[in-house]
Amino acid sequence: MRYIPNSPDERQSMLASIGLDRIQQLFEQIPASLKLNEPLGIGPPMSEPELLSHFRALAARNHVDCQSFLGAGAYSHFIPTVIDPLISRSEFFTAYTPYQPEQSQGTLQYIFEFQTMICQLTGLDVANASLYDGSTAVAEAVLMAHRLTRRNKVLIAGSLHPQYREVVETYTRNLGFEVRYLGFGSHGTLEPGALGIDKETAAIVVQSPNFFGCIEDLSRMAAIAHDAGALLIVSTAEAMSLGLLRSPGDCGADIFAGEAQSFGIPLSFGGPYCGLFATRDKYVRQMPGRLVGEAFDSEGRRGYVLTLSTREQHIRREKATSNICTNQGLFALMATVYLATMGKRGVQEVARQNFHKAHYAASQISKLDGYDLKFGGRFFNEFVVRTPIAAAEINRRLLERRIVGGVSLEGYHEDLHDCLLVCVTETSSKASIDKFVSALREVA
Amino acid sequence: MSNTPEDLSYTKDHEWVRVKGGDATVGITDHAQNQLGDVVYVELPKIGDKFDAADPFGSVESVKAVSEIYMPVSGSVIEVNSSLNDAPEKVNTDPYGEGWMIRIKIDNPAEVDALLSAAEYEDYIKEESSE
Amino acid sequence: MTSKIKKATTHVVQNESLLFEHSSGGRIGYSIPDLDVPETSLEESIGRDLLRTDDLDGMPELSEVDVVRHFTRLSSWNYCIDTGLYPLGSCTMKYNPRINERVARIDGFANLHPLAPAAIAQGALEIVYQLEECLRKITGLHAVTTEPAAGAQGETVGIMMIRALLSERGNPRKKVLIPDSAHGTNPASAAICGYMVETVPSDSEGLTDLNQLAVHMDEDVAAFMLTNPNTLGKFERNIRQICEIVHEKGGFVYMDGANMNALVGVARPASFGIDVMHLNLHKTFSTPHGGGGPGAGPVAVTAELEPFLPFPRIVRKPDGSLAVDFDRPKSVGRVRAFFGNFGVLVRALSYILTHGDPGLREATETAVLNANYLAHHLNDTYEVPYPGRVMHEVVFSDKRQARHGVRNLDISKRLIDYGFYPPTMSFPLIVNGALMVEPTETESREELDLFIDAMKSIDEEAAEDPELLKHAPHTTKVGRLDEVAAARKPVLRWTGK
Repeated sequence: MRYIPNSPDERQSMLASIGLDRIQQLFEQIPASLKLNEPLGIGPPMSEPELLSHFRALAARNHVDCQSFLGAGAYSHFIPTVIDPLISRSEFFTAYTPYQPEQSQGTLQYIFEFQTMICQLTGLDVANASLYDGSTAVAEAVLMAHRLTRRNKVLIAGSLHPQYREVVETYTRNLGFEVRYLGFGSHGTLEPGALGIDKETAAIVVQSPNFFGCIEDLSRMAAIAHDAGALLIVSTAEAMSLGLLRSPGDCGADIFAGEAQSFGIPLSFGGPYCGLFATRDKYVRQMPGRLVGEAFDSEGRRGYVLTLSTREQHIRREKATSNICTNQGLFALMATVYLATMGKRGVQEVARQNFHKAHYAASQISKLDGYDLKFGGRFFNEFVVRTPIAAAEINRRLLERRIVGGVSLEGYHEDLHDCLLVCVTETSSKASIDKFVSALREVA
Repeated sequence: MSNTPEDLSYTKDHEWVRVKGGDATVGITDHAQNQLGDVVYVELPKIGDKFDAADPFGSVESVKAVSEIYMPVSGSVIEVNSSLNDAPEKVNTDPYGEGWMIRIKIDNPAEVDALLSAAEYEDYIKEESSE
Repeated sequence: MTSKIKKATTHVVQNESLLFEHSSGGRIGYSIPDLDVPETSLEESIGRDLLRTDDLDGMPELSEVDVVRHFTRLSSWNYCIDTGLYPLGSCTMKYNPRINERVARIDGFANLHPLAPAAIAQGALEIVYQLEECLRKITGLHAVTTEPAAGAQGETVGIMMIRALLSERGNPRKKVLIPDSAHGTNPASAAICGYMVETVPSDSEGLTDLNQLAVHMDEDVAAFMLTNPNTLGKFERNIRQICEIVHEKGGFVYMDGANMNALVGVARPASFGIDVMHLNLHKTFSTPHGGGGPGAGPVAVTAELEPFLPFPRIVRKPDGSLAVDFDRPKSVGRVRAFFGNFGVLVRALSYILTHGDPGLREATETAVLNANYLAHHLNDTYEVPYPGRVMHEVVFSDKRQARHGVRNLDISKRLIDYGFYPPTMSFPLIVNGALMVEPTETESREELDLFIDAMKSIDEEAAEDPELLKHAPHTTKVGRLDEVAAARKPVLRWTGK
């Protein structure tokens, strides 16, 4: 085995040095009746070339060469070349959680930079070092709102990503929460009347742009939440929208819980991604996840340390703000390198291009016979198209033309069976958008 | 050796109590702050909160530990030392003075009699550390 | 003193400020095509009140060269497994094979959208399916989900499933029992599932005290969460009796598989009688720790618990193709979006297939040999509070050095000067001044000997010059940082002030 440095002879002599002669003696503390006396059944080892062939054959069964207009929580954006070589440095990807600051300053400083940029983008005061993904970030935000308000009811926009909604349900089910869903109107956004908010409500959860791509009026929701003494939790699955839209913090959000995949993280069939979590200073002690802070040594040199750790499971155990330990460190680094490379100008330029391309595509599609936009509202880079025949059938026919059309909403909402959620990012050229529009015409 | 003023009463959870009329001031002992190390944060209740004796009413944190602080006697909170928000180190430097935590209105004065005297508390911590 | 240090040298360390501090207006690090479609009016379509007006003030402006230098310099301040022995107990810092990285980056995996139709994602579904099969064989249990994103989420899922089954029987019960040697995620995960936590003391050998367990185990207890081998590196040899005590009262046994790297190919947890367990792919199956993540925490269960697994499930259809199954009426629900940390699953499968049956066993045996080698050769120098043969890790304490006023933290910080990363110190809580050391199969005899020499040399220094240790490390970019001040007045982002 090439990953084990010591040769069999060396291992034998190490055994001898501790007074043993057979490796089996090391396992004598396991009762014989519990030992495995046969091979696992996985098979013989694969050599490096055999392994590559095995995985290449599997990868070939995934067709990633189709033109795709899928979004819905995972977005295709251009990934600058510098990211991979930088995150592939051993010093980053083979290091552990930075528990010993003197030997982990590289990791600690980039987390501090990540926290800073997430604060700048979201308009909030404090961001953590990442959570698993956008869906679990929303679940954590709901639990935090409960701790802060000691209230048990949460109002969730029906236009929150359905998978995020399911995760919140899973996490709150055993804790005596009442979860209520708010409908959406003809613009695909929340209707502020009759929300049913009351003195038992811990938070309103809104996604913007929401699952249908529509931009919500966050300031109005913040006012409604705050009037009732509740918090506003804002989520976004498409972080690139932060480059264009007024920030959640500026709109009055108390907690931001979103997904950073758009910032340089490959699609990778849904993970690993990177959960974002930010809030106001005054709520920092109820935050989940790790935080890095500035510190100085006795000679006045600046460095960074994990701080406010008493919130976490390794100290507060069952009273911790979350059970999270391993987070998405390396993917927070990807987002940090992405944001550093794109910078102030690049993030805004990409966001702008997403907006224009999606609007161009939407206007071309809405000119087609039988197609129109389901919601008249404001959107960023995703929109819902009503199709002349079942959306699933449109998708099937598009796939024959090597186009992945969009997410058919049939499975998500019963009255949206003829709807397709289409996403257009900066990676689609005008030519490919035009080709998509023509294909839509042909398959109807 | 830690300091244990004669004129105060104590609990086995390492709180001290200074009773004055129907009110009492509460903090943690010098011994407790020594054990805990540098205090970085103190979480305290709100004025008006009511607690039974032995209920946790707040917590005190060092960099790598959290300890709950318990009510020595039943009562309601009438004053909170909010200066600890900005200067939690007062718990280390002056535990019986500026490091006080809350002032309460005592519900049942008889409970005060059950508290430890300075001598009893000193014996208790000696016993505890020899274990 | 430096003559004793054979592994590390002092060398130039580059300084590097924060990204924001060397940002300079007008620098560009990116290159994307010009917009090729007609523009739409932003103000008309979105409205001024919903648009950003701050021009992303504070975000950096840097060239590509600036970015590459910045992160390269930062990286040089980190210790990593490729630098040398990273003996964090319970964290299993072993070599991260490069082939796994290469495989995960193949286009067909890296660029596959999670909502791509199953017909064009068969290869990805096959990866999930094959990995679940391998983990079934390794644990001996009936079914596996690879959805959970990390060990702690795996614990949550496992306890939620137990709760769901008990609820179906009419009573979810109130408590979860946890040994006093447990990792902090165990109680935190039980609490998220709505349970109170009760601690069971260990016996003088550091194992679960069967009598104490019997006392605590009643009909209010939903589960006993046990790490095996436990955090002292000991195999819980009474595991079958433990399971019997818990099962007799209608409870379940959750095995924390954080230390499964001591068992793969040697014993299957199913034969212990446990009901559910998680595995940490980033420990046992060597996916990179990435400075804190991502990991993956697959959960394996008995047939009885299988209906409660989170959805989606990947299922084989009669025609041999794979499909995504959401129709799971008893499921605890969805625990994260899409299909778990897929990229981590690819790497773990690559690791397992590279090793095959003989390699997996060889890795386990070598890891246990290395731990016992360290335990044996440091036994005379450092106190071992729970003596005897260990599995994959050994827990020392600072009891002898504490006589000179030197604590585990000081020993750890001095190890940095010798060119090593320190051991785990924050648990097990039952050992005062713990130094939990796990070498893994990755270490050569030379590296282990250097570590032994360093630990012995530090012990001598503790007697001769304790101040040297109390102010260590002396060779790093920064010295000990003032964590008290950092926590009292937290500065958690750069503000330019």
